[in-house]
Amino acid sequence: MKRTLRIGWSLLTATAMFAANPSSIKLLNVSYDPTRELYQDINAAFAKQWKTKTGVDVQVSQSHGGSGKQARAVIDGLQADIVTLALSYDIDSIAEKARALPANWQSRLPNNSTPYTSTIVFLVRKGNPKHIKDWDDIVKPGVSVITPNPKSSGGARWAYLAAWGYALKKNNNDEAKAQDFVTRLYKNVPVLDSGARGSTTTFAQRGIGDVLLSWENEAYLALNELGKDKVEVVVPAISILAEPPVAVVDKYANKHGNGEVAKAYLEFLYTEEGQEIGAKNFYRPRLEKVAAKYAGRFPKLQLFTIDELFGGWQKTQKKHFDDGGVFDKIYTPGK
Amino acid sequence: MGACSTRSTRLGNRLHTFKRPSILPGFWPAFGYTAIYLSLIVLVPLSAIFFKTATSSWEHIWTVVTSPQVVASYRLSFGASLAAGGVSVAVGFLVAWVLVRYEFPGKALVDALVDLPFALPTAVAGIALTSLYTENGWIGQYLAPLGIKVAFTPLGVIVALTFIGLPFVIRSVQPVLADADQELEEAASSLGATRWQIFTLVIFPLIRPALLTGFALAFARALGEYGSVIFIAGNLPMKTEITPLLIVTKLEQYDYAGATAIAAALLITSFILLLGINVLQRRTRKFLEPA
Repeated sequence: MKRTLRIGWSLLTATAMFAANPSSIKLLNVSYDPTRELYQDINAAFAKQWKTKTGVDVQVSQSHGGSGKQARAVIDGLQADIVTLALSYDIDSIAEKARALPANWQSRLPNNSTPYTSTIVFLVRKGNPKHIKDWDDIVKPGVSVITPNPKSSGGARWAYLAAWGYALKKNNNDEAKAQDFVTRLYKNVPVLDSGARGSTTTFAQRGIGDVLLSWENEAYLALNELGKDKVEVVVPAISILAEPPVAVVDKYANKHGNGEVAKAYLEFLYTEEGQEIGAKNFYRPRLEKVAAKYAGRFPKLQLFTIDELFGGWQKTQKKHFDDGGVFDKIYTPGK
Repeated sequence: MGACSTRSTRLGNRLHTFKRPSILPGFWPAFGYTAIYLSLIVLVPLSAIFFKTATSSWEHIWTVVTSPQVVASYRLSFGASLAAGGVSVAVGFLVAWVLVRYEFPGKALVDALVDLPFALPTAVAGIALTSLYTENGWIGQYLAPLGIKVAFTPLGVIVALTFIGLPFVIRSVQPVLADADQELEEAASSLGATRWQIFTLVIFPLIRPALLTGFALAFARALGEYGSVIFIAGNLPMKTEITPLLIVTKLEQYDYAGATAIAAALLITSFILLLGINVLQRRTRKFLEPA
């Protein structure tokens, strides 16, 4: 009896709080590794816009880490209003395992719920002493390649698929030759970090390796941090169109009463302002107008998507990265 | 009533045999606290591992814990931990000996340095060691021409684990060595023992239990170590992946049952090893005690 009373009381206060239209909202954006700088800018701009529109302050907290690790945290109960991860497979996992958002989440926003894209490029030492121009150069013996472990890093999965896709296209879709190419590539990898930032540190701070396979935005960030006298960005002729998706986590957003503002936050990413902030942080914009404005920033290269070459993430994950998949076979002797 | 009282006396008898007679009061409250505390802090979290493992089929568990990649990681984890424990015993004994038996300026400082590996976040240790031992690091650049690679090889794993494990041996041996009666050595000497005999027959038996304790602690710590090792190991499948890393990787692939299965395998094996060491230690103690 007492308990029902207490619940009733708290419900009452809760409704009272809603009716009073709270003057400040807290949102949690759980994101992957290299987006720290991007979302700092986005959060500030969005808060300003939301304030003028509704008069309410929005405070967006960010959490960063390897994409898989972040997804697992949400599955285990981290109450994210929004997830912005490295690949759709990780958000699919949240939908499937925690049922925190509907399975068709990707159709709720334009462009497969991906407001910006990126790709995989090479970061090399100043002067490019090993003459690395394209994918073929990084599988040569004696070239040391730095990339994270695809089992734990989203960026590394895109890099792996970029290499695989390149080899497929070069060898008329010969899977065996693609596998051989990727095997030779990983023979050149002396250390597998667990996330993209870890690999960047290994390459940049510890001076290990001749080439880093990197997110485009991460490569330019490293270039700015380290200086043009230390490293260079090399853009291969062909690479993968990496699509890091975003989604509202309905279960938690609704629980916090943040459904509306969370949706507006993601929609803001698609606006001209949001796209410009993305472009300034080296994420490729979707909006034609912004893309044209920042064309000089993004070198032209041939990009293929995971859907056209690999048939989507679920299939790819199973074939390449699950236990016993192609990536494991690369390291298992005699197979 | 009668039956009840006989049962209670029987229970009382059993309790009596469970608790050996002692003049020290307060056994039951103290034992109760110990049991509750150990359950809360150790047993409950550990049994959670086994419960989670049990959500999967035996077949899946067996495939996971015996897959070539995982087996290779056991080899590295147990091998490197044993090696690091061994190195810690040899070097740790030497350091303890110097700290106990000699007086020199700055001794207090050296003594305090020993504990630093305890206090340092292991990730910091890992990054520092990696920077030192890579091919262009301070130490690594002199080892590279000799063909010795440390960072990103199993040797690097041993280096990191030795760093982590060193204080355990020193801190176990130090007090025992300090308590050891030096008159025993003098007596041995006056009875005509050589220095080697004094060491092997007088000193070593005294500190053997402490060395074993130190080894067990260093070994157990090394086996579970994650933070420092992942930086220096290179983490290449089949070559330099430690078992705790595989557990983390499995978690990130949402394979909870697989992760806990490996954890359980690691736990059972180390429990058996530690139990063995404890039994060994008791034997050596009994051997020392006058009958």
